[in-house]
Amino acid sequence: MDSGQLALEIRQHAIEMVHASHASHIGAILSVTDIVAVLYNDILNINPQNPKDDNRDRLILSKGHAGVSIYVALAKKGFFDQKLLDTYYCDGSILSGHVSHKEVKGVEISTGSLGHGISVAVGMALAAKLDNKKHSVYAIVGDGECEEGSVWESALFAAHHCLDNLIVIVDHNKMQAMGTCEEQLGWKDLSKKWNAFGFHTVECDGHNHNELRKTLQIREEGKPTCIIAHTIKGKGVSFMENNLLWHYRDPQGEFYEKAKQELGVES
Amino acid sequence: MRDAVIKAVEELARNDKDVILISGDLGFGVLDNFRREIPKQYFNAGVCEQNMASIAAGLALEGKKVYTYSIGNFPTLRCIEQIRNDICYHNANVTIMAVGGGFAYGSLGMSHHATEDIAIMRSLPNMRVFTPADAAEANLVAYQAAKLSAPCYIRLNKGGEPNIHSSYEAVEGYGLGQAIPLRDGADVCLLSAGAITIEAMKAAQVLETQKVEAAVYSFPSVKPIDAEALIMCAERYKYIFTVEEHNIIGGFGSAVSEIIAEKGTRAKVVRIGLPDIYSSIVGSQAYLRHVYQMDSQAIAEKVLETINSDKN
Repeated sequence: MDSGQLALEIRQHAIEMVHASHASHIGAILSVTDIVAVLYNDILNINPQNPKDDNRDRLILSKGHAGVSIYVALAKKGFFDQKLLDTYYCDGSILSGHVSHKEVKGVEISTGSLGHGISVAVGMALAAKLDNKKHSVYAIVGDGECEEGSVWESALFAAHHCLDNLIVIVDHNKMQAMGTCEEQLGWKDLSKKWNAFGFHTVECDGHNHNELRKTLQIREEGKPTCIIAHTIKGKGVSFMENNLLWHYRDPQGEFYEKAKQELGVES
Repeated sequence: MRDAVIKAVEELARNDKDVILISGDLGFGVLDNFRREIPKQYFNAGVCEQNMASIAAGLALEGKKVYTYSIGNFPTLRCIEQIRNDICYHNANVTIMAVGGGFAYGSLGMSHHATEDIAIMRSLPNMRVFTPADAAEANLVAYQAAKLSAPCYIRLNKGGEPNIHSSYEAVEGYGLGQAIPLRDGADVCLLSAGAITIEAMKAAQVLETQKVEAAVYSFPSVKPIDAEALIMCAERYKYIFTVEEHNIIGGFGSAVSEIIAEKGTRAKVVRIGLPDIYSSIVGSQAYLRHVYQMDSQAIAEKVLETINSDKN
Protein backbone atom coordinates (compact mmCIF):
# COMPACT_ATOMS: atom_id res chain seq x y z
CA MET A 1 0.00 0.00 0.00
CA ASP A 2 1.24 3.49 -0.73
CA SER A 3 0.45 6.52 1.36
CA GLY A 4 -2.07 7.77 -1.23
CA GLN A 5 -4.05 4.57 -0.90
CA LEU A 6 -3.87 4.71 2.90
CA ALA A 7 -5.08 8.31 2.87
CA LEU A 8 -7.98 7.38 0.62
CA GLU A 9 -8.94 4.48 2.88
CA ILE A 10 -8.75 6.69 5.96
CA ARG A 11 -11.10 9.15 4.28
CA GLN A 12 -13.48 6.42 3.15
CA HIS A 13 -13.66 4.85 6.61
CA ALA A 14 -13.91 8.27 8.25
CA ILE A 15 -16.99 9.16 6.24
CA GLU A 16 -18.62 5.84 7.05
CA MET A 17 -17.66 5.92 10.74
CA VAL A 18 -18.79 9.49 11.31
CA HIS A 19 -21.98 8.81 9.36
CA ALA A 20 -22.81 5.66 11.33
CA SER A 21 -22.00 7.14 14.71
CA HIS A 22 -23.39 10.63 14.18
CA ALA A 23 -20.08 11.91 15.50
CA SER A 24 -18.57 15.29 14.68
CA HIS A 25 -15.17 16.62 13.55
CA ILE A 26 -15.16 15.10 10.07
CA GLY A 27 -13.64 18.33 8.72
CA ALA A 28 -10.69 18.12 11.08
CA ILE A 29 -10.23 14.42 10.37
CA LEU A 30 -10.09 14.98 6.63
CA SER A 31 -7.66 17.87 7.02
CA VAL A 32 -5.07 15.82 8.93
CA THR A 33 -5.54 12.60 6.94
CA ASP A 34 -2.64 13.01 4.52
CA ILE A 35 -0.23 13.86 7.32
CA VAL A 36 -1.31 10.78 9.25
CA ALA A 37 -1.16 8.56 6.15
CA VAL A 38 2.38 9.60 5.23
CA LEU A 39 3.56 9.23 8.82
CA TYR A 40 2.15 5.72 9.24
CA ASN A 41 3.04 4.52 5.79
CA ASP A 42 6.49 5.95 5.21
CA ILE A 43 7.95 7.67 8.26
CA LEU A 44 7.19 6.05 11.60
CA ASN A 45 9.34 3.17 12.74
CA ILE A 46 6.64 1.07 14.37
CA ASN A 47 5.81 -2.60 14.57
CA PRO A 48 2.26 -3.91 14.92
CA GLN A 49 3.70 -7.15 16.32
CA ASN A 50 5.40 -5.21 19.10
CA PRO A 51 3.47 -1.97 19.61
CA LYS A 52 5.43 -1.08 22.77
CA ASP A 53 8.87 -1.64 21.23
CA ASP A 54 11.25 0.60 23.17
CA ASN A 55 12.82 1.97 20.02
CA ARG A 56 9.61 2.79 18.18
CA ASP A 57 8.87 6.29 17.03
CA ARG A 58 6.16 7.93 19.09
CA LEU A 59 3.23 9.74 17.49
CA ILE A 60 1.00 11.87 19.68
CA LEU A 61 -2.21 13.22 18.22
CA SER A 62 -2.54 16.35 20.30
CA LYS A 63 -5.64 17.38 18.34
CA GLY A 64 -7.41 14.34 19.71
CA HIS A 65 -10.70 15.08 17.96
CA ALA A 66 -9.22 13.69 14.75
CA GLY A 67 -8.86 10.29 16.44
CA VAL A 68 -10.62 8.49 13.58
CA SER A 69 -7.62 9.09 11.31
CA ILE A 70 -5.32 7.33 13.79
CA TYR A 71 -7.70 4.45 14.42
CA VAL A 72 -8.05 3.71 10.71
CA ALA A 73 -4.31 4.04 10.06
CA LEU A 74 -3.55 1.63 12.91
CA ALA A 75 -6.14 -0.87 11.71
CA LYS A 76 -4.77 -0.71 8.17
CA LYS A 77 -1.24 -1.21 9.48
CA GLY A 78 -2.31 -4.33 11.35
CA PHE A 79 -2.34 -3.10 14.93
CA PHE A 80 -5.86 -4.38 15.42
CA ASP A 81 -8.73 -5.96 13.53
CA GLN A 82 -10.40 -3.60 11.11
CA LYS A 83 -13.79 -4.78 12.40
CA LEU A 84 -13.13 -2.80 15.57
CA LEU A 85 -13.62 0.37 13.52
CA ASP A 86 -17.33 -0.47 13.26
CA THR A 87 -17.67 -0.01 17.01
CA TYR A 88 -16.38 3.57 16.89
CA TYR A 89 -18.38 5.86 19.21
CA CYS A 90 -20.79 3.05 20.14
CA ASP A 91 -21.88 2.04 23.62
CA GLY A 92 -19.15 -0.05 25.23
CA SER A 93 -16.58 0.56 22.50
CA ILE A 94 -12.91 1.21 23.21
CA LEU A 95 -12.76 3.71 20.35
CA SER A 96 -13.90 7.04 21.73
CA GLY A 97 -14.43 10.16 19.66
CA HIS A 98 -11.23 11.69 20.96
CA VAL A 99 -8.30 9.39 20.54
CA SER A 100 -7.94 6.82 23.33
CA HIS A 101 -5.01 4.63 24.32
CA LYS A 102 -6.96 2.36 26.65
CA GLU A 103 -6.79 -1.13 25.16
CA VAL A 104 -6.17 0.38 21.71
CA LYS A 105 -2.88 -1.00 20.42
CA GLY A 106 -0.62 1.59 18.87
CA VAL A 107 -2.12 4.67 20.48
CA GLU A 108 0.45 6.24 22.81
CA ILE A 109 -1.79 8.45 24.93
CA SER A 110 -5.36 9.65 25.17
CA THR A 111 -5.97 13.26 24.29
CA GLY A 112 -9.01 15.42 23.72
CA SER A 113 -8.42 18.55 25.73
CA LEU A 114 -6.22 20.72 23.54
CA GLY A 115 -2.69 21.72 24.43
CA HIS A 116 -1.90 18.58 26.43
CA GLY A 117 -0.52 16.10 23.92
CA ILE A 118 2.31 18.29 22.73
CA SER A 119 3.57 18.72 26.31
CA VAL A 120 3.45 14.99 26.94
CA ALA A 121 5.35 14.53 23.67
CA VAL A 122 8.01 16.95 24.93
CA GLY A 123 8.37 14.83 28.08
CA MET A 124 8.76 11.72 25.93
CA ALA A 125 11.36 13.42 23.74
CA LEU A 126 13.28 14.50 26.82
CA ALA A 127 13.18 10.94 28.18
CA ALA A 128 14.60 9.65 24.89
CA LYS A 129 17.45 12.16 25.11
CA LEU A 130 18.21 11.19 28.70
CA ASP A 131 18.37 7.54 27.70
CA ASN A 132 20.35 8.16 24.49
CA LYS A 133 17.63 6.62 22.39
CA LYS A 134 17.48 7.44 18.72
CA HIS A 135 13.76 7.39 18.01
CA SER A 136 11.72 10.48 17.15
CA VAL A 137 8.63 11.87 18.82
CA TYR A 138 6.00 13.40 16.54
CA ALA A 139 3.19 15.59 17.81
CA ILE A 140 0.32 16.68 15.59
CA VAL A 141 -1.35 19.85 16.82
CA GLY A 142 -4.19 21.85 15.37
CA ASP A 143 -3.77 25.49 14.46
CA GLY A 144 -6.69 26.46 16.69
CA GLU A 145 -4.98 24.42 19.37
CA CYS A 146 -2.03 26.80 19.14
CA GLU A 147 -4.17 29.29 21.03
CA GLU A 148 -3.63 27.21 24.16
CA GLY A 149 -0.95 28.80 26.33
CA SER A 150 0.40 25.40 27.26
CA VAL A 151 1.46 24.85 23.64
CA TRP A 152 3.89 27.73 23.97
CA GLU A 153 5.06 26.59 27.39
CA SER A 154 6.01 23.30 25.81
CA ALA A 155 7.65 25.06 22.86
CA LEU A 156 9.88 27.07 25.20
CA PHE A 157 10.95 23.96 27.05
CA ALA A 158 11.58 21.87 23.93
CA ALA A 159 13.75 24.53 22.32
CA HIS A 160 15.65 25.29 25.51
CA HIS A 161 16.52 21.63 25.94
CA CYS A 162 17.49 21.25 22.28
CA LEU A 163 15.02 18.41 21.68
CA ASP A 164 15.92 17.81 18.04
CA ASN A 165 14.12 14.46 18.27
CA LEU A 166 10.80 16.29 18.53
CA ILE A 167 8.82 17.10 15.40
CA VAL A 168 5.71 19.19 15.85
CA ILE A 169 3.34 19.17 12.90
CA VAL A 170 0.72 21.90 12.83
CA ASP A 171 -2.35 20.93 10.82
CA HIS A 172 -2.83 24.46 9.56
CA ASN A 173 -6.32 24.42 8.07
CA LYS A 174 -6.92 28.01 9.21
CA MET A 175 -10.22 27.18 10.85
CA GLN A 176 -11.31 26.60 14.41
CA ALA A 177 -14.59 25.83 16.13
CA MET A 178 -16.20 29.24 15.66
CA GLY A 179 -14.77 30.35 12.33
CA THR A 180 -11.46 31.13 10.70
CA CYS A 181 -8.46 31.50 13.00
CA GLU A 182 -7.83 34.93 11.63
CA GLU A 183 -11.35 36.09 12.45
CA GLN A 184 -11.29 34.75 16.00
CA LEU A 185 -8.06 36.11 17.41
CA GLY A 186 -6.58 37.80 14.39
CA TRP A 187 -3.50 35.68 14.40
CA LYS A 188 -1.21 34.97 11.48
CA ASP A 189 2.45 34.26 10.80
CA LEU A 190 2.36 30.91 12.57
CA SER A 191 5.77 30.10 11.14
CA LYS A 192 7.34 33.19 12.60
CA LYS A 193 5.89 32.39 16.00
CA TRP A 194 7.35 28.87 16.10
CA ASN A 195 10.60 30.18 14.74
CA ALA A 196 10.73 32.84 17.42
CA PHE A 197 10.25 30.15 20.04
CA GLY A 198 13.42 28.43 18.82
CA PHE A 199 12.06 25.79 16.48
CA HIS A 200 13.50 24.98 13.09
CA THR A 201 10.34 25.81 11.19
CA VAL A 202 9.41 24.68 7.71
CA GLU A 203 6.20 24.96 5.73
CA CYS A 204 4.72 22.48 3.33
CA ASP A 205 1.57 21.48 1.53
CA GLY A 206 -0.11 19.18 4.02
CA HIS A 207 -1.88 17.26 1.27
CA ASN A 208 1.09 16.69 -1.02
CA HIS A 209 2.55 13.34 -0.03
CA ASN A 210 5.93 13.79 -1.73
CA GLU A 211 6.36 17.11 -0.02
CA LEU A 212 5.24 15.70 3.32
CA ARG A 213 7.63 12.74 3.03
CA LYS A 214 10.53 15.07 2.35
CA THR A 215 9.58 17.61 5.02
CA LEU A 216 8.95 15.01 7.72
CA GLN A 217 12.57 13.93 7.46
CA ILE A 218 13.99 17.37 8.02
CA ARG A 219 16.00 17.76 11.21
CA GLU A 220 18.30 20.43 12.48
CA GLU A 221 20.80 19.45 15.11
CA GLY A 222 20.06 20.99 18.47
CA LYS A 223 16.63 22.30 17.52
CA PRO A 224 13.14 20.84 17.58
CA THR A 225 11.38 20.98 14.24
CA CYS A 226 8.01 22.52 13.52
CA ILE A 227 6.28 21.71 10.27
CA ILE A 228 3.51 24.07 9.33
CA ALA A 229 1.42 21.85 7.08
CA HIS A 230 -0.98 23.93 5.05
CA THR A 231 -4.20 22.00 4.83
CA ILE A 232 -7.83 22.39 3.93
CA LYS A 233 -10.47 21.56 6.46
CA GLY A 234 -12.71 18.87 5.01
CA LYS A 235 -10.15 18.00 2.29
CA GLY A 236 -11.34 15.40 -0.18
CA VAL A 237 -15.07 15.99 -0.05
CA SER A 238 -15.94 19.02 -2.17
CA PHE A 239 -18.80 20.40 -0.11
CA MET A 240 -16.97 19.93 3.18
CA GLU A 241 -13.86 21.81 2.15
CA ASN A 242 -13.38 25.05 4.07
CA ASN A 243 -16.90 24.73 5.40
CA LEU A 244 -17.16 25.15 9.16
CA LEU A 245 -20.46 23.33 9.29
CA TRP A 246 -18.57 20.06 8.89
CA HIS A 247 -16.68 20.61 12.10
CA TYR A 248 -19.97 19.60 13.68
CA ARG A 249 -22.26 17.91 11.21
CA ASP A 250 -22.25 14.22 10.33
CA PRO A 251 -23.00 13.28 6.74
CA GLN A 252 -26.46 11.78 6.28
CA GLY A 253 -28.83 11.29 3.35
CA GLU A 254 -27.76 12.89 0.11
CA PHE A 255 -24.65 14.36 1.74
CA TYR A 256 -23.52 10.90 2.74
CA GLU A 257 -24.19 9.52 -0.74
CA LYS A 258 -22.32 12.38 -2.39
CA ALA A 259 -19.34 12.08 -0.03
CA LYS A 260 -19.15 8.34 -0.66
CA GLN A 261 -19.34 8.89 -4.36
CA GLU A 262 -16.56 11.46 -4.32
CA LEU A 263 -14.33 9.17 -2.27
CA GLY A 264 -15.21 6.10 -4.28
CA VAL A 265 -16.80 4.20 -1.41
CA GLU A 266 -18.58 1.12 -2.70
CA SER A 267 -22.20 1.09 -1.61
CA MET B 1 9.28 18.89 56.44
CA ARG B 2 10.04 20.43 53.07
CA ASP B 3 13.71 19.63 53.45
CA ALA B 4 12.93 16.11 54.66
CA VAL B 5 11.06 15.28 51.47
CA ILE B 6 13.64 16.87 49.20
CA LYS B 7 16.36 14.96 51.00
CA ALA B 8 14.47 11.72 50.49
CA VAL B 9 14.01 12.45 46.78
CA GLU B 10 17.70 13.30 46.60
CA GLU B 11 18.64 9.97 48.09
CA LEU B 12 16.29 8.14 45.73
CA ALA B 13 17.78 10.04 42.79
CA ARG B 14 21.35 9.22 43.75
CA ASN B 15 20.55 5.54 43.58
CA ASP B 16 18.37 5.65 40.49
CA LYS B 17 19.11 7.66 37.38
CA ASP B 18 15.46 7.42 36.38
CA VAL B 19 14.39 9.68 39.25
CA ILE B 20 13.77 13.15 37.83
CA LEU B 21 12.99 16.32 39.76
CA ILE B 22 11.23 19.18 37.96
CA SER B 23 10.74 22.55 39.57
CA GLY B 24 8.24 25.17 38.51
CA ASP B 25 10.92 27.83 38.94
CA LEU B 26 10.73 27.63 42.71
CA GLY B 27 12.87 26.14 45.45
CA PHE B 28 15.70 28.68 45.65
CA GLY B 29 17.91 27.41 48.44
CA VAL B 30 15.74 24.32 48.97
CA LEU B 31 16.75 22.52 45.79
CA ASP B 32 20.33 23.82 45.69
CA ASN B 33 21.94 20.63 46.84
CA PHE B 34 19.96 18.49 44.42
CA ARG B 35 20.78 20.82 41.53
CA ARG B 36 24.45 20.86 42.38
CA GLU B 37 24.90 17.17 43.13
CA ILE B 38 22.56 15.55 40.60
CA PRO B 39 22.24 18.14 37.82
CA LYS B 40 21.37 15.66 35.08
CA GLN B 41 18.23 14.64 36.91
CA TYR B 42 17.01 18.15 37.64
CA PHE B 43 15.00 20.40 35.32
CA ASN B 44 13.44 23.78 35.75
CA ALA B 45 10.19 23.78 33.79
CA GLY B 46 10.05 27.53 34.21
CA VAL B 47 6.91 29.34 35.25
CA CYS B 48 4.92 26.83 33.21
CA GLU B 49 3.00 24.56 35.53
CA GLN B 50 0.76 23.12 32.85
CA ASN B 51 3.72 22.03 30.80
CA MET B 52 5.48 20.81 33.94
CA ALA B 53 2.61 18.45 34.74
CA SER B 54 2.36 17.13 31.19
CA ILE B 55 6.07 16.65 30.56
CA ALA B 56 6.17 14.86 33.92
CA ALA B 57 3.52 12.51 32.52
CA GLY B 58 5.48 12.07 29.27
CA LEU B 59 8.69 11.27 31.14
CA ALA B 60 6.88 8.87 33.45
CA LEU B 61 5.24 7.04 30.55
CA GLU B 62 8.78 6.43 29.29
CA GLY B 63 9.81 4.87 32.59
CA LYS B 64 11.01 7.84 34.60
CA LYS B 65 10.05 8.41 38.24
CA VAL B 66 9.12 12.03 38.25
CA TYR B 67 8.75 14.57 41.05
CA THR B 68 7.36 18.04 40.46
CA TYR B 69 7.86 20.84 42.95
CA SER B 70 6.28 24.23 43.43
CA ILE B 71 4.30 26.37 45.85
CA GLY B 72 0.74 25.83 47.01
CA ASN B 73 -1.80 25.96 44.22
CA PHE B 74 0.64 26.21 41.33
CA PRO B 75 1.60 22.54 40.81
CA THR B 76 -1.98 21.48 41.60
CA LEU B 77 -4.87 23.80 40.80
CA ARG B 78 -3.08 25.74 38.07
CA CYS B 79 -2.66 22.57 36.05
CA ILE B 80 -5.49 20.45 37.39
CA GLU B 81 -6.62 19.24 33.97
CA GLN B 82 -3.09 18.18 33.04
CA ILE B 83 -2.97 16.25 36.31
CA ARG B 84 -6.35 14.68 35.59
CA ASN B 85 -5.92 13.76 31.93
CA ASP B 86 -2.20 13.26 31.52
CA ILE B 87 -0.96 12.08 34.91
CA CYS B 88 -3.91 10.37 36.61
CA TYR B 89 -5.77 8.93 33.63
CA HIS B 90 -2.52 7.41 32.39
CA ASN B 91 -1.62 6.35 35.93
CA ALA B 92 1.78 7.96 35.44
CA ASN B 93 4.48 7.68 38.07
CA VAL B 94 4.48 11.33 39.08
CA THR B 95 4.67 12.70 42.60
CA ILE B 96 3.55 16.29 42.97
CA MET B 97 5.13 18.13 45.88
CA ALA B 98 3.60 21.40 47.01
CA VAL B 99 5.00 23.56 49.75
CA GLY B 100 2.78 26.12 51.43
CA GLY B 101 -0.15 23.90 52.44
CA GLY B 102 -2.85 25.92 54.22
CA PHE B 103 -1.58 29.26 55.52
CA ALA B 104 2.15 28.42 55.45
CA TYR B 105 2.69 31.46 53.25
CA GLY B 106 0.21 33.47 55.29
CA SER B 107 1.21 37.04 54.61
CA LEU B 108 1.61 36.50 50.87
CA GLY B 109 -2.14 36.56 50.45
CA MET B 110 -4.92 34.23 49.35
CA SER B 111 -3.27 33.32 46.02
CA HIS B 112 -0.60 31.56 48.09
CA HIS B 113 -2.96 29.85 50.54
CA ALA B 114 -3.61 26.25 49.57
CA THR B 115 -7.01 25.69 51.11
CA GLU B 116 -8.86 23.55 48.58
CA ASP B 117 -6.02 21.34 47.34
CA ILE B 118 -6.80 18.24 49.41
CA ALA B 119 -10.41 18.22 48.22
CA ILE B 120 -9.52 18.66 44.60
CA MET B 121 -6.60 16.25 44.46
CA ARG B 122 -8.44 13.63 46.46
CA SER B 123 -11.28 13.57 43.96
CA LEU B 124 -9.00 12.41 41.13
CA PRO B 125 -9.04 8.64 40.55
CA ASN B 126 -5.56 7.02 40.86
CA MET B 127 -4.25 9.94 42.92
CA ARG B 128 -2.91 9.39 46.46
CA VAL B 129 -2.92 12.34 48.83
CA PHE B 130 -0.36 12.68 51.61
CA THR B 131 -0.55 15.24 54.39
CA PRO B 132 2.46 14.79 56.67
CA ALA B 133 2.43 16.60 60.00
CA ASP B 134 6.18 17.04 60.42
CA ALA B 135 9.58 16.07 59.04
CA ALA B 136 9.41 12.47 60.23
CA GLU B 137 6.04 11.90 58.57
CA ALA B 138 7.22 13.72 55.46
CA ASN B 139 10.18 11.38 55.22
CA LEU B 140 7.86 8.42 55.77
CA VAL B 141 5.39 9.36 53.02
CA ALA B 142 8.15 10.30 50.56
CA TYR B 143 9.42 6.71 50.65
CA GLN B 144 5.88 5.29 50.63
CA ALA B 145 5.08 7.34 47.53
CA ALA B 146 8.28 6.17 45.85
CA LYS B 147 7.19 2.56 46.21
CA LEU B 148 3.80 3.16 44.60
CA SER B 149 4.84 3.99 41.03
CA ALA B 150 1.60 5.92 40.69
CA PRO B 151 0.29 9.49 40.93
CA CYS B 152 0.87 10.98 44.36
CA TYR B 153 0.41 14.37 45.92
CA ILE B 154 2.48 15.38 48.94
CA ARG B 155 1.15 18.45 50.69
CA LEU B 156 3.89 20.14 52.65
CA ASN B 157 4.00 23.06 55.00
CA LYS B 158 7.37 24.69 54.50
CA GLY B 159 10.45 24.58 56.68
CA GLY B 160 11.04 25.08 60.35
CA GLU B 161 7.78 23.80 61.78
CA PRO B 162 8.00 21.98 65.12
CA ASN B 163 8.58 18.24 65.17
CA ILE B 164 5.81 16.11 66.57
CA HIS B 165 7.72 12.86 66.48
CA SER B 166 10.98 12.50 68.39
CA SER B 167 12.78 10.99 65.39
CA TYR B 168 12.28 9.53 61.91
CA GLU B 169 12.51 6.09 63.53
CA ALA B 170 9.47 6.84 65.68
CA VAL B 171 7.17 6.47 62.67
CA GLU B 172 9.12 3.77 60.88
CA GLY B 173 6.68 0.91 61.26
CA TYR B 174 3.66 2.72 59.83
CA GLY B 175 2.41 1.45 56.51
CA LEU B 176 0.81 3.22 53.59
CA GLY B 177 -2.39 4.97 54.61
CA GLN B 178 -2.08 4.25 58.30
CA ALA B 179 -3.06 6.80 60.91
CA ILE B 180 -0.52 7.47 63.64
CA PRO B 181 -1.78 7.68 67.23
CA LEU B 182 -0.06 10.58 68.98
CA ARG B 183 -1.74 10.40 72.39
CA ASP B 184 -4.49 8.47 74.01
CA GLY B 185 -7.52 9.88 75.78
CA ALA B 186 -10.87 8.47 76.84
CA ASP B 187 -13.25 11.38 76.29
CA VAL B 188 -12.92 12.77 72.79
CA CYS B 189 -10.86 12.15 69.72
CA LEU B 190 -9.00 14.70 67.59
CA LEU B 191 -8.02 13.61 64.11
CA SER B 192 -5.66 15.85 62.22
CA ALA B 193 -4.00 16.05 58.80
CA GLY B 194 -0.94 18.12 58.04
CA ALA B 195 1.21 20.63 59.88
CA ILE B 196 -1.74 21.86 61.90
CA THR B 197 -1.52 18.63 63.88
CA ILE B 198 0.71 20.49 66.32
CA GLU B 199 -2.33 22.64 67.18
CA ALA B 200 -4.41 19.53 67.83
CA MET B 201 -1.69 18.27 70.17
CA LYS B 202 -1.60 21.56 72.05
CA ALA B 203 -5.41 21.61 72.18
CA ALA B 204 -5.31 18.21 73.88
CA GLN B 205 -3.04 19.72 76.53
CA VAL B 206 -5.44 22.63 77.03
CA LEU B 207 -8.32 20.18 77.34
CA GLU B 208 -6.42 18.20 79.92
CA THR B 209 -6.48 21.23 82.20
CA GLN B 210 -10.27 21.20 81.80
CA LYS B 211 -10.42 17.51 82.75
CA VAL B 212 -11.16 16.38 79.22
CA GLU B 213 -9.00 13.54 77.97
CA ALA B 214 -8.46 13.85 74.22
CA ALA B 215 -6.85 11.27 71.99
CA VAL B 216 -4.99 12.64 68.96
CA TYR B 217 -4.27 10.89 65.68
CA SER B 218 -2.23 12.15 62.79
CA PHE B 219 -3.28 11.17 59.26
CA PRO B 220 -0.25 11.43 56.98
CA SER B 221 -2.43 10.01 54.24
CA VAL B 222 -5.91 11.27 53.38
CA LYS B 223 -6.14 8.94 50.40
CA PRO B 224 -5.92 6.10 51.03
CA ILE B 225 -7.39 6.83 54.43
CA ASP B 226 -7.16 4.58 57.48
CA ALA B 227 -10.77 3.41 57.56
CA GLU B 228 -9.99 0.85 60.23
CA ALA B 229 -8.70 3.48 62.64
CA LEU B 230 -11.67 5.70 61.84
CA ILE B 231 -14.21 2.99 62.58
CA MET B 232 -12.40 2.11 65.76
CA CYS B 233 -12.53 5.78 66.84
CA ALA B 234 -16.16 6.08 65.81
CA GLU B 235 -17.05 3.11 67.97
CA ARG B 236 -15.05 4.24 70.94
CA TYR B 237 -15.87 7.95 71.01
CA LYS B 238 -19.06 9.92 70.91
CA TYR B 239 -17.28 12.86 69.31
CA ILE B 240 -14.69 12.97 66.59
CA PHE B 241 -13.14 16.32 65.77
CA THR B 242 -11.27 16.71 62.52
CA VAL B 243 -8.65 19.41 62.16
CA GLU B 244 -7.28 20.69 58.88
CA GLU B 245 -5.80 23.90 57.49
CA HIS B 246 -8.17 23.67 54.55
CA ASN B 247 -11.74 24.31 53.57
CA ILE B 248 -14.06 22.03 55.53
CA ILE B 249 -15.71 21.08 52.23
CA GLY B 250 -14.14 18.12 50.51
CA GLY B 251 -10.97 17.86 52.53
CA PHE B 252 -9.82 15.70 55.41
CA GLY B 253 -12.96 16.20 57.52
CA SER B 254 -15.10 15.23 54.57
CA ALA B 255 -13.01 12.12 53.96
CA VAL B 256 -13.46 11.11 57.60
CA SER B 257 -17.19 11.85 57.47
CA GLU B 258 -17.65 9.73 54.36
CA ILE B 259 -16.25 6.67 56.09
CA ILE B 260 -18.09 7.20 59.34
CA ALA B 261 -21.44 8.03 57.70
CA GLU B 262 -21.33 4.83 55.68
CA LYS B 263 -20.39 2.66 58.64
CA GLY B 264 -23.33 3.84 60.73
CA THR B 265 -21.45 4.17 64.00
CA ARG B 266 -22.62 6.42 66.78
CA ALA B 267 -19.91 9.07 66.61
CA LYS B 268 -20.68 12.62 65.65
CA VAL B 269 -18.08 14.27 63.46
CA VAL B 270 -17.26 17.94 64.00
CA ARG B 271 -15.07 19.48 61.29
CA ILE B 272 -12.66 22.23 62.20
CA GLY B 273 -11.21 24.14 59.28
CA LEU B 274 -11.88 27.05 56.99
CA PRO B 275 -15.69 27.46 56.81
CA ASP B 276 -16.03 27.59 53.02
CA ILE B 277 -14.49 31.03 52.65
CA TYR B 278 -11.33 32.50 51.14
CA SER B 279 -8.70 33.64 53.58
CA SER B 280 -8.40 37.33 52.83
CA ILE B 281 -6.81 38.54 56.04
CA VAL B 282 -3.08 39.32 56.08
CA GLY B 283 -0.91 37.63 58.64
CA SER B 284 1.43 34.87 59.69
CA GLN B 285 0.40 31.23 59.72
CA ALA B 286 -0.07 31.39 63.51
CA TYR B 287 -2.14 34.55 63.23
CA LEU B 288 -4.36 33.13 60.49
CA ARG B 289 -4.90 29.89 62.39
CA HIS B 290 -6.04 32.06 65.29
CA VAL B 291 -8.30 34.27 63.15
CA TYR B 292 -9.86 31.32 61.37
CA GLN B 293 -10.47 29.44 64.62
CA MET B 294 -8.18 26.51 64.12
CA ASP B 295 -5.37 27.17 66.59
CA SER B 296 -5.06 25.12 69.77
CA GLN B 297 -7.19 27.48 71.81
CA ALA B 298 -10.00 27.54 69.25
CA ILE B 299 -9.88 23.75 68.84
CA ALA B 300 -10.11 23.26 72.61
CA GLU B 301 -12.98 25.73 72.85
CA LYS B 302 -14.85 24.00 70.04
CA VAL B 303 -14.46 20.67 71.81
CA LEU B 304 -15.69 22.05 75.14
CA GLU B 305 -18.56 23.90 73.53
CA THR B 306 -19.67 20.75 71.71
CA ILE B 307 -19.50 18.54 74.75
CA ASN B 308 -21.23 21.07 76.97
CA SER B 309 -24.03 21.88 74.55
CA ASP B 310 -24.79 18.19 74.44
CA LYS B 311 -24.95 17.99 78.22
CA ASN B 312 -27.47 20.82 78.31
